Amino acid sequence: MNINVPTPLRSYTGGQQTVSVPGATVGEALESLTGAYPELRQHLYSAEGKLRSFVNLYLNDDDIRYLPLKEATPVEDSDELSIIPSIAGGY
Amino acid sequence: MPTALPETELPKLSHDEISRYSRHLILPEVGMEGQQKLKAAKVLCVGTGGLGAPLALYLAAAGVGTIGLVDFDTVDASNLQRQIIHSTATVGKLKVDSAEIMLKGLNPNTNIIKHNTMLTSANALEIFKDYDIIADGTDNFQTRYLVNDACVLLGKPNAYGSIFRFEGQASVFAAKDAPCYRCLYPDPPPPGLVPSCAEGGVLGILPGLVGVIQATEVIKLILGIGESLAGRLLLVDALTMKFRTLKLHKNPECPICGTNRTITELIDYDQFCGIQKPTSAGPLEVAQNPVLSEAPMVDGIPQISVQELKRRLDAHEDVFVLDVREQHEVQIVNIGAPLIPLGQLASRVGELEAVKNHRIVVHCKLGGRSQKAAVILKQAGFPNVENLTGGILAWADKIDPTLPKY
Repeated sequence: MNINVPTPLRSYTGGQQTVSVPGATVGEALESLTGAYPELRQHLYSAEGKLRSFVNLYLNDDDIRYLPLKEATPVEDSDELSIIPSIAGGY
Repeated sequence: MPTALPETELPKLSHDEISRYSRHLILPEVGMEGQQKLKAAKVLCVGTGGLGAPLALYLAAAGVGTIGLVDFDTVDASNLQRQIIHSTATVGKLKVDSAEIMLKGLNPNTNIIKHNTMLTSANALEIFKDYDIIADGTDNFQTRYLVNDACVLLGKPNAYGSIFRFEGQASVFAAKDAPCYRCLYPDPPPPGLVPSCAEGGVLGILPGLVGVIQATEVIKLILGIGESLAGRLLLVDALTMKFRTLKLHKNPECPICGTNRTITELIDYDQFCGIQKPTSAGPLEVAQNPVLSEAPMVDGIPQISVQELKRRLDAHEDVFVLDVREQHEVQIVNIGAPLIPLGQLASRVGELEAVKNHRIVVHCKLGGRSQKAAVILKQAGFPNVENLTGGILAWADKIDPTLPKY
């Protein structure tokens, strides 16, 4: 599946906006992503391995926090996962 | 949707105003009553920077009767790439004064209320209470949470926008029965994880794009027309020119707007965001980032001044200077230090093996990224790493004024 990487995190994916990764669930796809780009891990997960609360993950148009299976939600190759981080700039 | 204005008798328009707002008046969705609502409306713009500039200008042009401006900063030449409410002639002036000149020039009917102050937990409710709608155009997480919480507590909608480099986000938070900012982002990122515009850069027209979206939402809220962005997050990518809206959920466990509220008054937002108290003076970026301040030690990393670095270099002491900015910044200005961009440092740390036991001074533009780099090096076992306070801009200020500042 494709994962959309937002601007603030692109420096950790070699500038790539979209990364194609294998995985049968949201969690597995993220695991593939952070396996390929280890520096991303600390931005997505806390030290306890919990998804950080200033990062939202949308599977297509759905916030995974509100999907019944959350990170265990199965995904297809055609699905798109978007990382939506909080940004504060405006000045 | 209903108007966000209280039920009061609407003010009449003068003949001059009828001429001025002709294109609105002939639009059935606005019309005479809509234009009177705009005249009656009181909107607070928090920040008169990249987002606040187009936002306030369009609100004034549209005939919003009262516009409040909150800002404590002064106009700097580097603002003018995007902050079109200011001008070359007002560099050095207070931003609220500079903005007032432009707004009054555009529409002298507008009542401008200037709040030349930093928004804090102590003054936010007092400032917000007289306005119908708040528009958040600030540049830091502390103020974002403060604005959100004050809006939720007072029941006022927050026309929100934020930007980073080529990307923007916009929504309307804290509207009736709609999610708030905390529903979307319960906690802020740790300080320094997301770079500010001063460190990360921003495409000048992007805040224009997003600020105008905020202005559009404000106008819709006043007129009570269309569908607001309440309950949706608009994502803007200027590079691909893709716009996308995501559905937002009201979080039942939200600490300020959920069913079991734990936040019932404004809190200490610096503490909540894990940063030290900002100072009320100086450039905004410095005031908001404790790493850029004068503390002698931050997270176990000694902070050294540009004067001290100059002294050591002149005395030919053992010091290795490392630049952790990006290649394109080195082209603007450099002090000849070898470069490893912060994002690559962890994987390229082996290249520094030969200088591992030397005194290493890390620098960037302002001191924020170099602090993070110093922490990475320390964790990698480098025993003697220091951060250059104020970065290359401080060097250009205090040591070598022939260097350009960006």
